[in-house]
Amino acid sequence: MELMPALLFLQSMLAATWRMATPIIYAAVGEVFTERSGVLNIGLEGIMLIGAFAGYSVAYETGNLVLGLLAALVSGLLSGLIFAIFTVSVKANQIVVGAAFNMIGMGLSAFLYRTIYSQSGRVLSLQPFRPLDIPGLSDIPFLGEVLFRHNIMVYGTVVLVVLAAFVLYRTAFGLSLRSVGEHPKAADTTGINVPATRYVGVLIGAVLAALGGASLTLAYSDQFVEGIVTGRGFIALAVVVFGAWSPWGAFWASLLFGSFYALQLRLQAMPEVLIPYQFLQALPYLATLVVLISLTRRARAPRALGVPYP
Amino acid sequence: MEDYLVRMENIYKSFPGGVQANRGITLEVRPGEIHCLLGENGAGKTVLMSILYGLYKPDSGTIYYKGKKLDIHSTKDAIANRIGMVHQHFMLVPTLTVAENVVLGQYPAWKVINDMDKVHERIRAMSDEFGLDVDPAKIVQDLSVGEQQRVEILKALYHGADLLILDEPTAVLTPQESEHLLKFLRDLANRGLTIIFITHKLEEVMQVSDRVTVLRDGKVVGTVNTSDTNPRELARMMVGREVLMELKKAQTEPGKVIFLVRNLRVKDARGLEVVRGVSFEVREREVLGIAGVSGNGQTELALALAGLIEGEFDEMRLDGQLITKRDLQRLHRLGMAHIPEDRQKMGLILPFSVAENFVLKTYRDEPFARRGFLRFDAIRDYTRSQVSKFSIRVGDIEEEIAHLSGGNQQKVVVARELDRQPRFLLVNQPTRGIDIGATEFVRQQILAERDAGAAILLISADLEEIFALSDRILVMFEGRFMGEVPPDPALIEQVGLMMAGKTVQVSD
Ligand SMILES: Nc1ncnc2c1ncn2[C@@H]1O[C@H](COP(=O)(O)OP(=O)(O)OP(=O)(O)O)[C@@H](O)[C@H]1O
Ligand SMILES: [Mg+2]
Repeated sequence: MELMPALLFLQSMLAATWRMATPIIYAAVGEVFTERSGVLNIGLEGIMLIGAFAGYSVAYETGNLVLGLLAALVSGLLSGLIFAIFTVSVKANQIVVGAAFNMIGMGLSAFLYRTIYSQSGRVLSLQPFRPLDIPGLSDIPFLGEVLFRHNIMVYGTVVLVVLAAFVLYRTAFGLSLRSVGEHPKAADTTGINVPATRYVGVLIGAVLAALGGASLTLAYSDQFVEGIVTGRGFIALAVVVFGAWSPWGAFWASLLFGSFYALQLRLQAMPEVLIPYQFLQALPYLATLVVLISLTRRARAPRALGVPYP
Repeated sequence: MEDYLVRMENIYKSFPGGVQANRGITLEVRPGEIHCLLGENGAGKTVLMSILYGLYKPDSGTIYYKGKKLDIHSTKDAIANRIGMVHQHFMLVPTLTVAENVVLGQYPAWKVINDMDKVHERIRAMSDEFGLDVDPAKIVQDLSVGEQQRVEILKALYHGADLLILDEPTAVLTPQESEHLLKFLRDLANRGLTIIFITHKLEEVMQVSDRVTVLRDGKVVGTVNTSDTNPRELARMMVGREVLMELKKAQTEPGKVIFLVRNLRVKDARGLEVVRGVSFEVREREVLGIAGVSGNGQTELALALAGLIEGEFDEMRLDGQLITKRDLQRLHRLGMAHIPEDRQKMGLILPFSVAENFVLKTYRDEPFARRGFLRFDAIRDYTRSQVSKFSIRVGDIEEEIAHLSGGNQQKVVVARELDRQPRFLLVNQPTRGIDIGATEFVRQQILAERDAGAAILLISADLEEIFALSDRILVMFEGRFMGEVPPDPALIEQVGLMMAGKTVQVSD
């Protein structure tokens, strides 16, 4: 009976791990596509913020969460399109454009939020996605709580990763995408449309980043807060590297971050832990980087990453 | 009208920066023939073929193919019209398998790739049928250049080709591999394929082709039947003057030992020992040639001597000074110059300009820099003089060196290294991919360095080159020396046997 509190602690931590990892999984898996096509989008943070706000705003006004997700998707498409026009067609420096996206995302979402909501005096919370208990499975002791009592955005990550790995490694499009990131000229000589392929890579990445952002406002919490993404976009960038540019790698690396985040939340809630909460909040970011750096196999980035073509 | 498969009519193509690569070229190729395209570095061969393959758009001109006017907007159109091309610089994705490279770009994007077994099957069947020895499951970056070349050819054939363009396919091959390739091309032609073949080697032209078109400065000099011509005439057409096919080599007396190494062992990237304990010395006013089929450790030998990879040795001396560890700056100061084998990867920085590449090793020194500032006038003047001395074809010396033709890129490295008046010159495959005029010039320069007192180590898979330049010849096989031979033309056959690993007594 002595074990029970420890087990309960573990159970709630593991369940929280997956929830915490969810927004990062979306963004990181998307960025895998972008980077595999040879484009580096460091603007994830900004695009996530835009998605978070667009999703929240539409869901709040219409009372329909699905419409909210759709709005986030459209905001991702538009962001991705603009990013691709600048980086693929105009061949502007990808770092600069990405940095601009982060600033625009931050500014735009904060500005809109303030003008429309923060002073409106309305109740700003919405009814987020509820946990969907899987019948039967959710009653299994321990595992039921950890795996089968989540909301749809959390379950969605597994579908996403399976699908992403399939598209990347089993379809002609995936093959083209990977070749364009490695040796665009060779891809060109086989008749592949290099810019078009990169557009698609960027769009996939931006849409998934926006959905990841929306999962924060529509599932993880129940309203928008300025800067709600709090660096998850940057963690997603690191996760892509440590996940060796593969969807499953990104998935596991995101979960690692999620576990530190969950641990940190639990520790904050414990009165006997005397560490200032600011340090605890920094813990998941630091710990993830330390663990990933020390564990990382030597994976190589796509050879043409960040290089415009032709 | 029907006596040709392709007719390229009045093709013009120029590039930003003012290079006119093609100036009204008309080329006719008959069905089933092997048509050689010959011309100096930068004559416009690659550009012309890239136009036919849909990589470049001509400024003006028309292409007729199989009796009809052909509009090619992209390589997709070329492939759809059964035109295949093997590029001068391979166009394979190194991280993919052979089979993936072969099917790349051939399916609609949404297709699920679930027939890889069949693709492997078909590649194996084709590989057997044509005797290409290609394994579809291998990752391309693990293949030797020769194998990659065969993959490129198989790729073109797999897509279905009635016209196959090969851009300097033999430049990177060993003599044996080249021989095999030429036979193979003849086979293909006998099966009805039409082949356009670019090369700088006149023997190959004479051996394999039916007709030859010679280009110079973006124009056609003429088209001749191979049976009506000879290497001397072709050389004259190419260069526009009489070319010395034989070098004058003065007798010299070797002086003191400049470079020496004892028991050198080097591992390759996979950790296998590929240089297994070699010792030699090179003297003043001497060219020591190292012959051997490429892939017998020469690459690693050169890299280790140049200080670019680690090697173990009992002793190494340069100009009397003991070398103990890898220190490129010191080797450079002691007077070592190195013309590397893979010039695109090692000798040049492709996104840099021609001028910047010329001073890559000397930009810190007078007169190119003063008090830490670069002096652009000096750099430009120097570059201009070198460009004209080595007749390097370049529109503007501020242009990215990546835009130069393959052979002209090589000339830049050769010119830069030779100009430093080295004590010890390490040369690996100095004339691979360079046209005959430039080859003649580079070889003369190497001999001039020798006569001026340099010690020269020449590594080459080209036996003719080894015999023409060397004072002594060491034959390398599987990381060891099989023996030493004097450069007596009568011994070429013996050297060939030694290169294949046979122990041969050389009687003096
Ligand atoms: N993309 C490019 N931009 C600018 N100039 C170019 C470009 N491609 C080729 N050129 C120029 O066009 C000329 C012809 O080049 P091309 O590659 O056809 O020569 P080549 O006959 O194939 O020579 P080599 O035997 O050295 O391969 C050269 O002067 C080269 O510098
Ligand atoms: Mg060429």
